[in-house]
Order: sequence, then structure tokens, then C-alpha cells
Amino acid sequence: MDFQLTEEEQNFRVEVRAFLDEHLPDPVTQDDPDVLKIWNEKVREKRWVGFNWPKEFGGGAGDLIRQFILKEEMSARRAPALGTDFMGLTWVGPAIITHGSEEQKAKHLEKILNGDSYWCTGYSEPDVGSDLAALQCRAVLDGDEYVINGQKIWTTAAHVASDIFMLVRTDPDVAKWKGISCLLVPMDTPGIEIQPIPNLSGKASFNQVFFNDVRTSATNRLGAEGEGWRVVMGALANERSGISESTEMLQHLEDIRELARNSRRNGRSAFEDDGVRRRLSDMDIRIESMRLTGLRHLTDQLQGKPSGSETAINKLQRGILEFDMSELTLELLGSAAAHQSPLTHRALDWHGTVIGGGSPNIQRNIVGERILGLPKD
Amino acid sequence: MNFGFTEEQDFLRESVRKFLDDRCPLSEVRNLMATPHAHSSELWNEMASLGWLGLLVPEEYGGAGLTWVDFVVLLEETGRTLIPSPLVSTALAITAIRDGGAVAQQARWLPGLADGSAIGTVALLEAEDVPGPDGVRLQARVDGDEHVLNGEKCFVADAGSAQFFVVAYRVGDALSLGVVSADTPGVTVQLDSALDETKRAGTVRLRDVHVFAEDRLEAASPREILGRLFDCGAIAVTAEALGAAERATAITVQYAKDRVQFGSPIGRYQGVKHRLADQWVDTESIKSLLYYGAWSIEHSPDELARYASLAKAYVADAFTRIGVECVQLHGAVGYTLEYDIQLYLKRSKWVRHAFGDADFHRDRLAAPHRESGEASNGRNQ
Repeated sequence: MDFQLTEEEQNFRVEVRAFLDEHLPDPVTQDDPDVLKIWNEKVREKRWVGFNWPKEFGGGAGDLIRQFILKEEMSARRAPALGTDFMGLTWVGPAIITHGSEEQKAKHLEKILNGDSYWCTGYSEPDVGSDLAALQCRAVLDGDEYVINGQKIWTTAAHVASDIFMLVRTDPDVAKWKGISCLLVPMDTPGIEIQPIPNLSGKASFNQVFFNDVRTSATNRLGAEGEGWRVVMGALANERSGISESTEMLQHLEDIRELARNSRRNGRSAFEDDGVRRRLSDMDIRIESMRLTGLRHLTDQLQGKPSGSETAINKLQRGILEFDMSELTLELLGSAAAHQSPLTHRALDWHGTVIGGGSPNIQRNIVGERILGLPKD
Repeated sequence: MNFGFTEEQDFLRESVRKFLDDRCPLSEVRNLMATPHAHSSELWNEMASLGWLGLLVPEEYGGAGLTWVDFVVLLEETGRTLIPSPLVSTALAITAIRDGGAVAQQARWLPGLADGSAIGTVALLEAEDVPGPDGVRLQARVDGDEHVLNGEKCFVADAGSAQFFVVAYRVGDALSLGVVSADTPGVTVQLDSALDETKRAGTVRLRDVHVFAEDRLEAASPREILGRLFDCGAIAVTAEALGAAERATAITVQYAKDRVQFGSPIGRYQGVKHRLADQWVDTESIKSLLYYGAWSIEHSPDELARYASLAKAYVADAFTRIGVECVQLHGAVGYTLEYDIQLYLKRSKWVRHAFGDADFHRDRLAAPHRESGEASNGRNQ
């Protein structure tokens, strides 16, 4: 056990801090396009977009420790994201690097890094949520093209996406997860129809996507036919330690503390209320445990131990934590919690993020069955 | 950067587990529980010869000179089997002498603690039961070069089996720590009844007990030594609690696989499965906080207080919940004396309060974030 960084790693931290001192937008913005354009060019020059991708594909070939340092420093300063194509950078690109043809690599990877594409992910279907392997959206090979018919739902960002990374059933006659393939389909392909589903805040975030005789080249299949399940499971295994999330949550916690110090309860600061103060400490405890559990998983990864429990533990801890944080925020706001504001919307948005990628109860099933060995339900 | 154990530490864990499974299974724990001090000198001597007792003692005094991370590995395993022994008490006495003793004092006490010929414990708490240096109220009268103690120290772990006590007291406002032998005239021990019979304690009464200069630990600031003792104590009971909580979950997982109701093992039902899954998330999270806290004791002492509080606050509530749920998931047999799960429930009740309950530590964690000048509520030291 040793938490010291090497001199080179410490130097890298200094380099990141110096970069942020020079280039971090002031004030920090997440949505001003002109400012973000300059930021993206600068971080792209540093090869910090796709930091862990191999050099030959335009990435930074950064190791896990440096990636951890980079994310920690970025989130500590609330810096804008590194790159704009979130899903492309996080799982589509890595899946293409692992399973893609030369043509697919040449076509997609640089666009993802430069933010010239914006990927969405087509997994869920109307009757297929948590039981993803039962998906029905059909793709039939016709010459050198697949013909896709079916429907996806809850497809985040489909209404603004350039491409979709989707799972389809190519063989209905084998065990359910063996008949699945993965396709990379441009969203402007004829036959794709998008219907946004307003979320409970009234915003368009996810969609229904209909596929009516959508024809796409067989060269757009990622990995072999019937390998789609394996491709996606590998993609989901990327990026799940939760270390950078915990840095962001520490800042969110500091915001709530500030709110508590500035709110009054019984004639004194709400921070002096035993209940409020202890709930804040509970959040501190759980964020720290997430951060340190992330470091333990990082060590496992460095030592080449297989991953397994990271997503479940991270999602379970985080789901409860974010809920508690937004609820305490609403309580501290008092009557102002009835108003529309970024803080009140954050509380509503939790209901979406908590189920994305598998609801808490699905994560509990995974832990119970895969880790504790309890019988499958 | 490496948040893992060394091969030696993995080997230590394995060998401790093997020894305890062989020599002190729960049937033997029950035998020991029925003895007056829940202590077996035979087992104690075996533990000494395995090097466990001297693990934290520097090599020049007959120990292994290892760290708290190694010790935590050992404690997770002793917690797992619930073996009653003054191991934690002795480790805290060692820590007090190691941190606060002059060279001659270390040479006087540490070899005996390492080879098992002496058992020590710490006498820190008083009737008010405040688990920190501010809870020390016992006043000494100064008589020349001697401090004279009249009063009592409460909830002293292993008071019945210890040969000496590291006693915390004050001279005026100043804190002091003195080593008091159990056979000193004026020292009497009254044993407490124990809900968890694997954890024994008592009240130590002091009547005109003289603490001589050579018995006082003054090589470092007593406030710092005391603060560290409380924090190390919190780390130690968290480590034992983690081992116990994991074992309680494992016992209950096995029960949930074996017990069939409505035509199916009850572990198939989500009402059972999900609670066990949450227990696993809790014990994994405790590990992260505990190991970092243990590492900080020798490598980053400024962080110790914070991480001791993070770990103890988490485990206090989580193990309490785990104890209750595990008994409940066993159904009626969980409420019997025969089934072992009740032993873990009782341990969880003991752990909750030892070295500070969750609220005590939550308040301590919040203290640095309070606006300056705001009224303190007195529980945040």
C-alpha cells in the first residue's frame, strides 16, 4: 500500500495545473460555444481528448494513473469536458479500436476526437429494458446490406446525434445473447424516424427511434455477426471507476454546505442543525468511500486483475448519494424549492440518471447473483 | 500508487485465518465466553509465538516492527471469528508507549507486551463516556514529583485480564498519561456485565494511587498521544467489525441458499437478495476507508483523524444494520442461542459505540466546515 505518486506523475499534475491556469475559461462555462471551441482545440492539441486511446488513433496513450490525475485536476477546477462527443469518446471509440475494421477506424475515430460526430446508443426497446439480451430489433442481411426493422426507446440524444451505436438481432434461432450483432449507423439514413420523449422536466433528452426498412452496408457491422453482446459488454467495462465523479460530487457537496451555512433554521445557520450537519457528513463519508473504492479498483486494473464489481458498487453508492444530495438541497431551499431553478431541476433529473445503465435493483441483482452466488431470479 | 496488499500481507491473512479456523472456531469462542475474563492464556501464548502481539513493537524490543496496515489484516481475521482476546487493548498500550514513552520506558514495557508475558490496556473513558481527549476529567493531585489519582476510569476494555493500565488524567488543564500497574495499592477493578461476552470491560477505581515520573508517558504531547490513541482505537474496532460484518453476511448468504420456502431457496427472492447485496456494498466501502485510515497512521498522520472518523462513522451504522438484518433473514432460528448469527448481532451492538458512535464522528467531520465564529455545540471535538 503506497499512495505516493512518482516524480513523473507529480510533474504531470503540475503540467495539468499550469495548463488550467493558462487556458481554463474564466468564468468556467459548459455551454458557450465560442469559448468551448477554443477550449476544445487546446485540449485536443495536448492530446487530452481520448487521453487513454493509443497514439496511432490520435489519442494520448495516457496510462491509468495519469488519466486519474488528469480527471481529478479537471473536475477540481470544474473544467469543461475533454471533447464533446461523450458517448463516442467513452465507449463507441474504444469499442471500434478493439473490434473495428481498418475502414471503421479511419472513418470514425478522428471525427470522435475532433467533435465532428456525436454518437448515441441504441440498446433499450419498448419491451426490453433491464433484460437487454431479449432485444427484438431485427437486422436481416440482404446482399451486402442489412435491412433493419424495429424500434429503440429511451435513446438519449438521438435527436441531436450524428450516428447510432446499436444492438440488433441478426439470428432469432439461437440463444438470445448469441443472436445479437452491433451496428454503426448514420442517423441520416433513410427510414430512421425520431420522436423525442419529453422528460418530466419538459426537456427533450431521450427519444423513440423507429427503423423502417433502414438499409445500411454490412461493413457497418462492428465485430463479427453474433458477437454484439461481447462487443457491448467490453464497451460497458470501460470507464467505471467513479474517481472523477467523486471529485465532482465533493464540489456539489461544498455547494450544499454553503447553502446550509447561508440558510437559517431556528434563528441560526442550518449548518448548526444537528440533523442537517450530520447528513452533510454522511455525504462526505460516502463520497470519500466512492473515491477510495475507485482507487482500489484502479490498483486492480493496474495489476491486471479482472473487473467485475466496479459498476454495481459505484452506481449503487452514487444513486443513493445523489438522491440524498438533491433532497437536502430542496429542504434547505425551503419555499424556494417550489420555483424552477437549476437546483430544483437537478433534483428532477436524478430520476433519469439513477436508472440509466441499469436501475439500483438491477445492480443489486448483479451483486447478489454474480458476487454472492445467490440463485438467479 | 498502489492501493493493494503485499504478498506478505496476503500470506499473513491466510495464515491467521487458518490458525483461527483450527484453534478457535465459534464453538471454542463459546467456551471462552463462559470463562471469567473470556481469555485463554494458552491461546494468548500461541498468538505471541506467532508474532501477532509484537507486530507493532519495534524490532529492537522483540517485535516485528510492522505497521497498522499489517495489524488491520490481523484484526479483520480476529473479528471474523470473534475470538475474545486483549489483542486490541494491548496494541493500544503498545501504541501509547511507542509514541509517548522515553527509550527506557519502551525497553521496560514493550518486550513483555511483545512476548505475551504482559497484557496492557488503556483506561481513557469516564462516566460521561466522551470518546476523545476532552472527555478526560480525572484530576491528579501533585505531591512533589508524584501525581496522586483519586477517581475512576470506566468502560476499560479487558480490565480483568490486564496487568497494567495506561491511564489518562489531568493536572489542572494539562492532560497526562501514566502507566499504572493493576497490583498497585489502591487500584481495584470491578467487572462490567457484558452483552457481547467476547468483549469484556470494567471500571478501574483509583484510591490515592501514586504515578511516579518514570511511569508517565511524556516523550510527546499527551494531547497528541491521546488523540492518536482514540483514532487508532477507532481504526482497530473498525477492522474487527469489518471482518465480523463480512462473516455475518457470508453466514446469512449460505443460509439463504440452503433455506427453502415457497419451493425455492429464499436467496432467490429479491427481498432477501437485495439486502445481502447492500451489505456487500457496505463492507466493500468500509474496506476503502479503513485501509486508507490504517495507512495514514504511519504515513500521513495529519489525515488520521479524518479517516478514522470516516471509517468508524460508516461502520457503526452499517454493521448495526447488518447485524439486525442477518438475524432477521434467519427467521426464528436467528433468535435462538444455538445459531451463531446472534453472536455477530451482539458484536455489532458493541461496535456501534466503541471509540465513538456515528453521530460523534459525523460531528467531528463537520467541524472544519463550520463557519468560523459560529457557536460550537460541544460534541464536535
